[in-house]
This record gives sequence, C-alpha cells and structure tokens, in this order.
Amino acid sequence: MPAPIRLRELIRTIRTARTQAEEREMIQKECAAIRSSFREEDNTYRCRNVAKLLYMHMLGYPAHFGQLECLKLIASQKFTDKRIGYLGAMLLLDERQDVHLLMTNCIKNDLNHSTQYVQGLALCTLGCMGSSEMCRDLAGEVEKLLKTSNSYLRKKAALCAVHVIRKVPELMEMFLPATKNLLSEKNHGVLHTSVVLLTEMCERSPDMLLHFRKLVPQLVRILKNLIMSGYSPEHDVSGISDPFLQVRILRLLRILGRSDDDSSEAMNDILAQVATNTETSKNVGNAILYETVLTIMDIKSESGLRVLAINILGRFLLNNDKNIRYVALTSLLKTVQTDHNAVQRHRSTIVDCLKDLDVSIKRRAMELSFALVNGNNIRGMMKELLYFLDSCDPEFKADCASGVFLAAEKYAPSKRWHIDTIMRVLTTAGSYVRDDSVPNLIQLITNSVEMHAYTVQRLYKALLDDISQQPLVQVSSWCIGEYGDLLVSGQCEEEEPIQVTEDEVLDVLEGLLVSNLSTPVTRGYSLTAIMKLSTRFSSVNRIKKVVSIYGSSIDVELQQRAVEYNALFKKYDHMRSALLERMPIMEKTASNGPTEIVQTNGETEPSVPDTKLPPLITQPANQANDLLDLLGGNDVVPVIQTTLPTKPASAGGELLDLLGDLSLSGGPAPAPSVPISQPPFLLDGLSSQPLFNDISAAIPPMTAYNKNGLKIEFTFERANPNPNIAVITIHATNTTEADMTEFVFQAAVPKTFQLQLLSPSSNIVPALNQGSVTQVIRVLNPQKVRDVPVCPHLPHILIQFPDLFVLSEKFSAEGSYRVQLYIE
Amino acid sequence: MHFLLLFSRQGKLRLQKWFTPVPEREKKKIVRDMTTMVLGRKPRSCNFLHWKDLKIVYKKYASLYFCCGLDAEENELLALEVLHRYVELLDKYFGNVCELDIIFNFEKAYFILDEFLLGGEVQETSKQVLSRSIEASDMLQEVCFGRSCLLSVLSIIFSVVL
Repeated sequence: MPAPIRLRELIRTIRTARTQAEEREMIQKECAAIRSSFREEDNTYRCRNVAKLLYMHMLGYPAHFGQLECLKLIASQKFTDKRIGYLGAMLLLDERQDVHLLMTNCIKNDLNHSTQYVQGLALCTLGCMGSSEMCRDLAGEVEKLLKTSNSYLRKKAALCAVHVIRKVPELMEMFLPATKNLLSEKNHGVLHTSVVLLTEMCERSPDMLLHFRKLVPQLVRILKNLIMSGYSPEHDVSGISDPFLQVRILRLLRILGRSDDDSSEAMNDILAQVATNTETSKNVGNAILYETVLTIMDIKSESGLRVLAINILGRFLLNNDKNIRYVALTSLLKTVQTDHNAVQRHRSTIVDCLKDLDVSIKRRAMELSFALVNGNNIRGMMKELLYFLDSCDPEFKADCASGVFLAAEKYAPSKRWHIDTIMRVLTTAGSYVRDDSVPNLIQLITNSVEMHAYTVQRLYKALLDDISQQPLVQVSSWCIGEYGDLLVSGQCEEEEPIQVTEDEVLDVLEGLLVSNLSTPVTRGYSLTAIMKLSTRFSSVNRIKKVVSIYGSSIDVELQQRAVEYNALFKKYDHMRSALLERMPIMEKTASNGPTEIVQTNGETEPSVPDTKLPPLITQPANQANDLLDLLGGNDVVPVIQTTLPTKPASAGGELLDLLGDLSLSGGPAPAPSVPISQPPFLLDGLSSQPLFNDISAAIPPMTAYNKNGLKIEFTFERANPNPNIAVITIHATNTTEADMTEFVFQAAVPKTFQLQLLSPSSNIVPALNQGSVTQVIRVLNPQKVRDVPVCPHLPHILIQFPDLFVLSEKFSAEGSYRVQLYIE
Repeated sequence: MHFLLLFSRQGKLRLQKWFTPVPEREKKKIVRDMTTMVLGRKPRSCNFLHWKDLKIVYKKYASLYFCCGLDAEENELLALEVLHRYVELLDKYFGNVCELDIIFNFEKAYFILDEFLLGGEVQETSKQVLSRSIEASDMLQEVCFGRSCLLSVLSIIFSVVL
C-alpha cells in the first residue's frame, strides 16, 4: 500500500476542485483510502490520516469513523500522535458518545506524564470537553496539579478545575484547600486563572463567597500594583499592564462587594483610582473602564463614585467608537432604574444616538429614550421619537409605536396633544401598530368631548390622503360614523373648518368598502359608520341602498351586519335613532386587563381596556372608596333611557369592569359619595350553596349580607309592565348598639345590563334593629345573556339563582368588597 | 466564551472551537446563523450583536472573520482584545499571517488556540510565555519525529548491512 498522501497535499488538491461535486468525489476517494488504512492498523500513518480526516470534517463531511482512531493516537507514546489525537478528540467526540469515556484512562495517565506538555494536552482536553463522569474520575488529579509549583501546569489546572466545577458543582469543596495561596503567585498566568477559579466558586456558592471575602484587600493590592507599576514588556497592551487580569480582578471584586458594605468600602479607593487614571485612547483602556463602571454600579458604592461612573458612561456616549457608544447605552439602560436623575443629564446625547447609522445602537438608544421619558420632557422627547419613527427601519416601528403610545398615555400634557401624537403615529407607522391601539384611540377620542370636531376633521383629511393603513382607517371610519354631523356642519374650533358635504363623506366611506386595501374588519367598521350616519345625515335613501347591497355580500360578517341594518330600517325604524345615538363616555380599567369583543345587535365594538373614570362632574372622586371608582359615584349623569334595549356600549367582559352604563335617572340624588366609615358591605357571609333549582317565577328573599351587625336582605319581584326587569328591594338592618351613619349601597352590573338604583329611604341605619333602610334596585337584562365571563384572578363566590340571578362577589386587594349582580 | 469561529468572506469555515457541549446539528445551525448574521452586517457597524441570549462579538481581519459567543456578564470590549491577542499570536508564529496559512496549517492554529484559551477563558496573558511554550511543544514534536526517523533509518541500514 503506497504511503497515504500528506495533509498539505490533500488540502491543495481539494482546493483545486472547481465544483461541489468534484470536491465531494475527491473527498470520497480519500475517505475510502483512509478507511482501508485504518483497517490495516497502520501505526506510522495514523496521525496523518486523522489529520486529513479533521480537515474534511471542517469542510462539513462526516468523520465519525475516525473517533476510535483518535483514541488510539492518544494512547500512543509519540508526542505528535498525542497532539493530533487530542485535537481529534476535541473536534470529533463529545460527551454524547459513550466512546469518549474510553479516553478517561489515557487522560489519567497523561496527567501524570513526565513531560509537562503532555500533561498540558491532557488538561486542555479535559477542560474543554470533559463530561461529568470524566470530571468525577479525574478531579483528584486536577486538584493535585493545582498545587504544583510548575506555573505552566498550575494555570491549566486552575481552568480545568473551573470546568470540573461547572460540570459537577458538588466537587467545589475539593478544590478549596488548593486555593489557599493561589493569589500570592507572581506569575500572571496563574494569577489570572486563579481569579477565574475564585470567581466561578463565588458565583456558585454563597458560602464560598463569604469565605473569600477576606481576599478583597489582597485583590485590591494586586490591582494597585498593576496600575502603579511601570512598563512591563511582557504584559503590556498599548501602555496598560495586563488588562485581562485587571478586568478579571474587577469582576471578582464586583461579586465580592455586591451586598457587603465593608468590602465595598475597601474597594472604593482603588475603583476611583482606576476610573480616573486609565488611559482611554484605545479600546483596552475603555474595556477596563467599562468593567469598573459595572462594578461601581453593582456594589454598595458611595454616591460620588456612582456619579463618576455615570459620567464615564456619558463620556463613552460621545466617543467616536461605535462599540463604546453601544456599550454605554447598554450599561445606562441597566442603571436607569436606580440612578434615573443622573442618566437624565445625558438625555440629549442619548437622543442624538437615535440618529446613528448603526442598527444595534439605534435599538439601545430607543429603549433608553423610552425609559427616560417623564412629565417634564415629554414634548421634546416625543418630537424626537416621532421623527425617529418616521425614519427608522421596519423592524423598529412596532416597538417604537407601542412605546410612543405608552409614553403618551402616561404623560400627555393635553388631550389635543395626545390625539395629535396618536394620529401622527397612525399616519406614519400605521401598519405596524398593535391591534389594541385602535380601541384605545377610539376610547380616548370619545372621552375628549371637546375635541370631537377637531378629531373627526383631522381623521377625515387623513383618510382622503391614504387608505392603506388599516388602524388609521378603522379609527377614522368609526369617528366619521359617530361625529359625521360635526364634520359636515363645519364646527371645528381648533383649526380651520373644512367644507364637506354629506355625499362626499359617504363617497369616502363607500370607497373603503370596495377598496382592495381594506381588510374585512375595516369593511365592517365602514359599514357600521355608514349606518350610524343614517341618523345624523339626511341622505337616508342613499344609505339604505348601500346597506341593502351588502345584504348579499360574500363576506359573512358584512352580510350579517347589512341584513341586521336592513331589518333596522324596515321593522325597527322607530328604534333606529335611539340605537344609533352618540356613544357615552367610556370607562377604563387598568390597561392590562383582559379584553374581549362582545357582539351585540350586530354592531361589533372593539373591546376597550379601561382606565380610571373621568372625574365626576359634581364631586371629586374619592380614592378611599374603591367601589365609587367603579361606579363613578351615584352622581353619574344618566346616559341610557331605561326602557330601551341597550346600545352595546364599550364591551369588556372583565369582571372588574362591570359598571356598564349605570343609569340613575329619576329621584333626588342619592346619598353623597363619601367614604364608608363603617365596615364596608361584606357579603362573605354568603355560602355558596345554590338555592333551589326549580324555575318558578317567584324568587324567595335572601339574606345577602350578615356580618358585623349589618344585615342586608334582598327581596325580588318582576316588574309588571316588563317582566324582563327584576325589582330588588333591599332591607338593611343594624344589630349593633351604634347607628350606622353614611350608609351607602352600591351595585354594579355587566355592561349589557341596565341598573337603576332608586334613592334609599335614609342613609342612617338605626341601631338595635329599631328600623331599616330600604332601597329599590331595578335590573334589566335585555338579552338574557347567559354567558358571564368570570375573572379568574380574584376569588369569588357564585350563587346560582335559577333562571334569574348569578350573584358574584369579589374581593379587591384593598380589602373593600363589592357586590355584583349578574342577571341571566 | 461559548464558541469561537473563524470564517472567510464567502462563509467557509476555517476554524471552530466549542467550549460547551453542543450536538452536531446544533453546531451546524449556529455556524450558519453566525455567518449569515455577521456577513450581513454593514461595513461600519459596531462589532456587537445579540443572538438568543448570547452576546456575539466579531472582528474582521483581512479576509477572515473572527466571531465568538459570550455570556451576558462577560465584557465585550475585552473580548475584542482577546480576539486581537489571538491574531497577534498567529501573526508571530506564522510571520505575517494570512488566511492561507490558517487553511494549510489549521492544526497549528488549533494548537496555538489551545495554549491561549482553555474552557473559554484566557490561560496566559503574556505573549512571550505563550510563544515559548508553543515553540517548545513544536520542538518536542520535531524531536519525536526525528527520533522515529532515526530509528527507521537505522533499521534500514541494519537490514541492508545484515
């Protein structure tokens, strides 16, 4: 058998291949030759063959048949063989194959070899790819080598120990005695690897951390020597002495000083020294400064030092080097929570970074800018952020838009500004905004009553320009549907009113219906808007025609709407004006509440996440009374006539938001909204046994509440003219010895229901059952909605009333309680 | 450090060092991702990227890209120094190193790397000490080789004589 070709020869040959197929052919031929050579157990050329195999492996070809050969090479006595053998093992074997365990014995022998380079090879291999079993077997050898005086081996053993600890954390204690005088080494290699080992141990075990805290003075001394010592040619990098060691020591100091005042204090001086003396012209110096800043921010440093750190980051921001700017932005992002004011000082530089060409820097700058927005700088910041939104890459637009919305919601200085900002986002990045921004904006618009004319005018103009951005189109059509009359009558005060005729408006809306750019959802919006205009415009015939056309639309959603609207024209024309009336002011709960779309009367309103109620008209909202927040107090202007079927106001199946449109028409204003000084009306006395299961029309009276001396009873009857209305009379009696003054009973219902709370007989419940307070509640369920969503987050007790009631109780976090009535 | 990769402008892999156990398929995927991401960067961008939960640091030296994957706590600026130090070592060893040197002597590139990094951490911070140990290892290889050559020559002579 002729000698196998040399490695370099093979490489040269393969590189001459012009096509992938040619290369593959060459490699297959050579692989065959190598395989037969392996079969012949040829010792002389095994090394060469394995080397060739490794080259082919790097090109991406399979080489697993060489694994055993690597093991044979490792077992050989020749250094060349061992070198290639260990390299092959590191490249071809990993802990997933059982073959690697065969190495253990060889490595063990080599760890005790007479030649340090062989020992080095073994340590290196173990430290790179040793599995847990191997580590367990060989940890003792490694520990022995950790104590040797040979610095070449000691440094390798230290890193090997790091690997062993990573793989088998239980073995950490074993290495503890060997670490005793590691730091007193002069050799930088050993010092460096020792610091790495100590870092690993401290990160993994709090006990070790406590144990090694005493090393802080020694570490400080070593660091000081590094900085103060003169030029050392061996370790110098651009004028700095051993930056690798400096950074590692700083990192270890960070871990040791993290939550310990004494250690942090011991480090203060050296950190200040490093921070001020390090040369910053090259990357090396900045690497050290970066690590110093991270350490200062993490330990319990004094405020002067922290300011110094932030200023260093500020200087980094002005550096020409992109990497440094990037690193500064990342670090500032980490510290903006804790040192907000200090970071604010660098706001203008950060905002400038938004204009950087580098994608990574832009992203960090954007995140940091949003973190820095507050009530004072909102106008300026928003201008910059909107400009950024205009010009940035699509990958940023979604995040930026969400951030702008959040910031605007939190800090908007005025309603008009808020609406303008949102409009700007919708027009520039409309297709990237999240889905819930449409209902958010609609709700914002509804609540800014004075801005309706201005808003609808601006939206109309935007629609004329561009109908491709769906969120914008949806909001616009909704607004035109609601406020079309304001648009046509030209009532806008904020800006120059435009002259628009009813036909022009209807043209635009119909255009949306037929346009290819409109999604089905958008079409739904525009059809509904057209329908609403039938009560606001005079050209009803045109609208009737449009609606009837879509009665045979292929889109089921559109068809359903059109058919129902047609029915509205034909059979329920008397109801149309009431149904299509202006929307009331919507409430908001926390914006992270679940929302859902409730379809009622064919009009789909997007669900609206709610926030705090707009301030009460007559009284300032009283924070102590949570229920008041929900209900809006008893002084809310009645918004729905009680006898009509409900307009589907804003939906929201969430339990918390059950107020719906509380109508309190009629009667003198009930008790003023004051905090209840007595225990709030608790209903936890209620058991959860369901009451009877028979479906009789009469519901027996129930004790809704009986605790702390207060007893509330409900009696039920159906109202005569309209059996869908349930009349509940509550009787409140007091068995304690003191009168209960300022008694207020409140109730909340889901939005689809109607609630009418008539005035109570009194708001003082006399003591000792001498009298009672009565109050009448009328509840209407126009649709007999059976399905009531239940909020999973809060505990509640459900009481089943056949056919009529589901009583649910919620306990809020603040400890006040609410009674909620559901009607089935 | 989790891994260190060297690849050319065309995406051909010249060196791969893995410091954590990764399945073969996963390795190939990572290499593909790295080459795509790094080669797709604009010329004057910063040298840092984010990929999954790792920080990727890369630097271009002539026609070769040096790319490494770091944990979140590691210092990216120092990683640039580590890459630079490795290039300096290669340069000292090969004398004005270029990509061809690394292609034809890949095993030597690995040996140098194994003297510089162990388990993803720097083992020696002095260039001189490193160069000396590499030279010594090479010498050992020569001696070994020489010895076996001598043995085979001697055996031939003896067989001829006898």
